[in-house]
Amino acid sequence: MTALSATRGVAARLPARRYLIALTLAVWAAGWALLRGHDTFALGGAELTPLHGALNEAMDAVDDSRNTNPLFLYFINYIRLFIDQAVTAVQALISQPALGRPVPVLGWLGVTGLATGVALLYGNRKVALLTAAGFVSFGALGLWQESMDTLALTLTAVVLSLAVGIPLGIWAGLSDRFNRLVTPVLDFMQTMPTFVYLAPLTLFFLIGPASATVATMIYAIPPAIRITAHGIRQVSSDTLEAGTSLGATPAQALRHVRLPMAKQTIIVGVNQTIMAALSMATIAALIDAPGLGQTVLKALQTLDVGTAFNAGVAIVIMAVVLDRVTSAASRRVEVQRRAGRMRTTRGRRLEVAGVLGVAGVLAYLSYTYVWAAEFPIEANAGPYVRRAADAASQWVQDSLVTYTDAFKNLLTNQFLNRLEALLTGTPWWLVTIVAVALALLVGSVRAALVTAAGLLLLVLLGLWQDSMVTLASTIVATVLVMLLGVVAGVWIGRSDRADTVLRPVLDAGQTMPAFVYLVPILGLFGATRFTAIIAAVVFAAPVAIKLVAEGIRGVSPTTVEAATSAGASTWQLISKVQLPMARSAVTLAASQGLIYVLSMVVVGGLVGAGALGYDVVAGFSQHQLRGKGLAAGLAIVVLGIVLDRVMRAATQRADAAAHGGRHQK
Amino acid sequence: MTAPSVAERSAPDTDAPPILSVRELWKVFGPKAESVVGSSLTRKELKEQSGCVAAVRDVSFEVRRGEVFVVMGLSGSGKSTLVRCLTRLIEPTAGEILLDGEDVRKADERRLRELRRHRMAMVFQHFGLLPHRCVLDNVAFGLEIRGVAKQDRYARAREVIGLVGLNGFENSYPDQLSGGMQQRVGLARALAADPEVLLFDEPFSALDPLIRREMQNEVCRLHQEVGKTMIFITHDLSEALRLGDRILIMRDGEVVQVGTPDQVVGAPADDYVRDFVSDVPRSHVLTLRWVMRPPQPGEPLDGPELGPDVIIRDAVHAVLSAERPVRVTDGGELLGVVTSAEILEVIAGKAEG
Repeated sequence: MTALSATRGVAARLPARRYLIALTLAVWAAGWALLRGHDTFALGGAELTPLHGALNEAMDAVDDSRNTNPLFLYFINYIRLFIDQAVTAVQALISQPALGRPVPVLGWLGVTGLATGVALLYGNRKVALLTAAGFVSFGALGLWQESMDTLALTLTAVVLSLAVGIPLGIWAGLSDRFNRLVTPVLDFMQTMPTFVYLAPLTLFFLIGPASATVATMIYAIPPAIRITAHGIRQVSSDTLEAGTSLGATPAQALRHVRLPMAKQTIIVGVNQTIMAALSMATIAALIDAPGLGQTVLKALQTLDVGTAFNAGVAIVIMAVVLDRVTSAASRRVEVQRRAGRMRTTRGRRLEVAGVLGVAGVLAYLSYTYVWAAEFPIEANAGPYVRRAADAASQWVQDSLVTYTDAFKNLLTNQFLNRLEALLTGTPWWLVTIVAVALALLVGSVRAALVTAAGLLLLVLLGLWQDSMVTLASTIVATVLVMLLGVVAGVWIGRSDRADTVLRPVLDAGQTMPAFVYLVPILGLFGATRFTAIIAAVVFAAPVAIKLVAEGIRGVSPTTVEAATSAGASTWQLISKVQLPMARSAVTLAASQGLIYVLSMVVVGGLVGAGALGYDVVAGFSQHQLRGKGLAAGLAIVVLGIVLDRVMRAATQRADAAAHGGRHQK
Repeated sequence: MTAPSVAERSAPDTDAPPILSVRELWKVFGPKAESVVGSSLTRKELKEQSGCVAAVRDVSFEVRRGEVFVVMGLSGSGKSTLVRCLTRLIEPTAGEILLDGEDVRKADERRLRELRRHRMAMVFQHFGLLPHRCVLDNVAFGLEIRGVAKQDRYARAREVIGLVGLNGFENSYPDQLSGGMQQRVGLARALAADPEVLLFDEPFSALDPLIRREMQNEVCRLHQEVGKTMIFITHDLSEALRLGDRILIMRDGEVVQVGTPDQVVGAPADDYVRDFVSDVPRSHVLTLRWVMRPPQPGEPLDGPELGPDVIIRDAVHAVLSAERPVRVTDGGELLGVVTSAEILEVIAGKAEG
């Protein structure tokens, strides 16, 4: 009886809710028409609020106390020194002039030889060949030193991340309590847009390699901890119990059972850590990290598509090489144990000695002879690539300009501008009331409270208008991501062929550092907020597509078969069976897509998005805007939290309604 | 090939002190587990009132040296929890577990590890092998963790690998072996430590019927060769009857009956057990003791002689071909007689009475 009446209750409430939502939107539109331009907190690009000034002063105070405050003197400064030294040492080895020589200790031949040797020993011949080709291409693109700077920064960050992350991961794998403690911290580290913590970091670690490394570590440690913990946890309890029943101590169980069985997973974690570190190491160019990111950044700022493309290619090559080598290494773990114990360690030793010997000779040559130290200038194909990319971009712009402009104008005029006008033109209190009401109607009381607090915080941060502009772009981008996600996701989820063809593209999209996307898009659409939106869509779409595809694939084949046998058409099958059953995957895709879009807001600031993204970027470069940049970073986080909570609450409500049974026609 | 029947097996020494004795053992899962110990509520009432589940309640039994002791029950009866309590893979809530007089529950961590390393070893339903180690290293694992030198442990591992019939597979990896062979590895691993007691937790449930039968025979053979005490958990009555010297039947965590196979089938303790054993061909389990009757006056008492522990199935031919009642005697003393009428009654499956 109670179940029945509850069902009726839900069914009865649903239409009412729909009318209330429509009513809220109507109130908003009316309010906008009547009160347009009142209480909108418009703030010019260089204008500051007292809060921003106070933040500036606070940051200055931290700056001044660097050599007096004990926290700095005895703790942070040492960390900075240590990391700086570590990065500088690696740089001296492969990228920067060292030991009073005009060239680093190892020249291109030595580094290429060593990298190839490592790829051969831990991976296989194929990836060794790829590594050699990749490293030579760094030189051929005329970016040897920049590439090595990026590599040095990435490697240092990876080594430090793993040194911290793997032990913590093992701990989290063994202890439920620690796992519960660390999970929300990792969630926060991973959902916080990366650019937001760049500026505060420079406050503590100064501009330079230390800040860049720490920023990279913040981004790269979570996968190391998570995946290691997952590997340790997934070890079958049967096997562990068997170990215990034989009298294994906890330490023996860890060494002989857990670690060996988790080894392959841990190497996957290493792979993820490396990819995350590389992507962040290029972004850290914003706080003056040396390397390829610098080149891309400068080129983006001067709209030099050719140079940006050239450096972008180098970043992609590095990503592909690092990814393939570590993937091959994790597969090798499997192959190795298959090869059996009888393959002597002697054979392996000979192999290692041989490979290292050859690499050593190459290293010595590159230490001694200039031709092996500096990549030959004659082989520098960089200028050709640049010119070709420029020409291609020019041609594309010229020939596609009608279509891209039409698309751009359609989207900008029809959606973006209207939404932006509505959000920025309405008084802040009306927006807040409407938002809270919507959060209450589609989500829950808690979501409404978070929304209210978040929006008030935006007002306090003095960035209301910028936040609304960013919100408009974010919403438009997220909607586009979801359109793409559902269409492509359904396609991939239903067709194996589409899956085989598109999955590598999506994988590449996810492993590629964020900067790289901007280059071709910038070429197509020029520096506008539209470019920023498209970049965010390109960045976020792969995740959404993959999640939707997985959801579609997860629909039970029996149900699909039943619907087909009942005579459902393809369209009916998709709209009435597959999508509704994959709804939780679709909503997850939406919230993930949103987080990815938000994390691109600052990158968008580089190419003309304005608003919060621009505030953050300006904060990096102009001293008096630092406080505002920090506030803008916080505002992005606040927006993210509010949107995420409302979306989650809406999902939960939808799920609850689905389980309560929806009977209304 | 058939398994040796119960009567053929060497009878364990019934007078010697038991190797393992379990007294009033309780295992309660849930909050304030201790307070539930001794409760007489049913499982369902307990769950509703305290939120606790009593997986093992007030279980007592003794296992004789060299015996195959089978614990049988349906899933959820607490049998797997019980066997894990014996080596404290699951910590019991109350009670005593005496291994050769030493209370396992009082052992500290180090002592407990010693017990596990040297005296009791377990074979698991899902094998629990290490996938990254070859057969040889899997079998030698127990020896390795107790610090046996490489040469010695490999020598011993090869020996037990031979014993379980896995010669030639030393360098294979678990996932290259069939289920039956993987369980042989599990068996070899348990045997390698040369423990006094072998614990089997439904070791053959995951195997298909033919392999299961083969492995049961293997256990019988090993029992005869190495003479270990075995505690064998199963939910399969025919397996229990086949292997067990004695069978303990559990239901809802409690002991329903402990007895030899013929006692369980011939004199079920309650309707639960009776229902359970109703499908068993009684002539395959019961002995003449169960069907003999006192000689009637005037009955000729010069027929052939048979022992009281002869299984009916094995006596069919002798009784049916004899023209006179078969005398059941023990050490010359006449216990009763059996005629074709009694035998046929059992074989025809007349309702137990």
